[in-house]
Amino acid sequence: MSDLVASVTTPGVLVAILAMALVTYLCRVSGYFAMSLLPFTPRLRQALAALPGSIIAATVLPLVERLGPAAGIALAAALASMLIRRNEILALVVGLAVAVAARSWGP
Amino acid sequence: MVSHSNQPILTRAGILLGFRMVLPALPGVIVFAAAFGAAASAKGLTLLEAGLMSALVFAGMSQMVALEAWPHAGAAWTWASVAGLTLLTAVVNSRMMLQGASLHPWLSAHGDGLNALHLGLLTDANWLVGERYHAGGGRDLGVLIGAGLALWMMWILFTIPGHLVGALVSDPKRFALDLVMPIFFAALLVPLWRGRRAAVPWVVAGLVALVASYLLPGHVFIMAGALAGMATAALMPEEGA
Repeated sequence: MSDLVASVTTPGVLVAILAMALVTYLCRVSGYFAMSLLPFTPRLRQALAALPGSIIAATVLPLVERLGPAAGIALAAALASMLIRRNEILALVVGLAVAVAARSWGP
Repeated sequence: MVSHSNQPILTRAGILLGFRMVLPALPGVIVFAAAFGAAASAKGLTLLEAGLMSALVFAGMSQMVALEAWPHAGAAWTWASVAGLTLLTAVVNSRMMLQGASLHPWLSAHGDGLNALHLGLLTDANWLVGERYHAGGGRDLGVLIGAGLALWMMWILFTIPGHLVGALVSDPKRFALDLVMPIFFAALLVPLWRGRRAAVPWVVAGLVALVASYLLPGHVFIMAGALAGMATAALMPEEGA
């Protein structure tokens, strides 16, 4: 039985997913219910509006620096693809193809 | 104060309208879900774990960021790693607090219980659909709920083929599947672009994270960068000022 469970998940993973789910739910409901308590000032709005792009930059830049030039070239190609034609699938395919090509030439 | 313009409305027709209104967002959501499934597989999550995360967390950006900070396959789970992932998820999803708050004028016509229930489906796309609908004079809560339900089902459904395709590849690096997350994330910057001024916090966030990745343990650098970006935006002169 425990082998069966171990083949589909592990306790640590399950706990992590449940904790992530709980904290995400709290983010979803707390804004509405805190509306009368928290002052959603223009500055706080500006800060939260900058959050998605900031998260992406903070995740991707150190990652690319660690993964090397092939990753950087692949990301640039995906960005260029998005600028020319705003299609996420195409950008992903272009990025992956360029990464495979760049890695096969690289060290 | 009772206002007749703020009567609670929730109909099945509204739910169906929500389904229809969110259709244009579905292709992007489907690709994102499949990309998450593939990236989850490359990180060693089982199909059940990836599906469970999509069903329960239902927040793509935080799921992708969590994968990046995920312990290596075979590494022991500690309370510290769970706490780190939870905190990271909270920071990434804190933008939902603003979205929930902005719905207050509409939602306050309904009971707290109902709101606590359907806000569990709140995400970027149905929030946007709901805001547009409400701004155009619409009041049927079904639109917000219907759009959220459609997104939730698609999100779970397309995590599965993404994971299956990812799992077929024995060596993720060969097809660059280890790069799915950063490539997809970088591509997301294009639709988020609101001009150079709005991108200043992004640059600060990236640079702070880069420096922090050398100074701080684990994946604290993501949080450090994100918070630096938010702080920069808060300190910038107000829009139009």
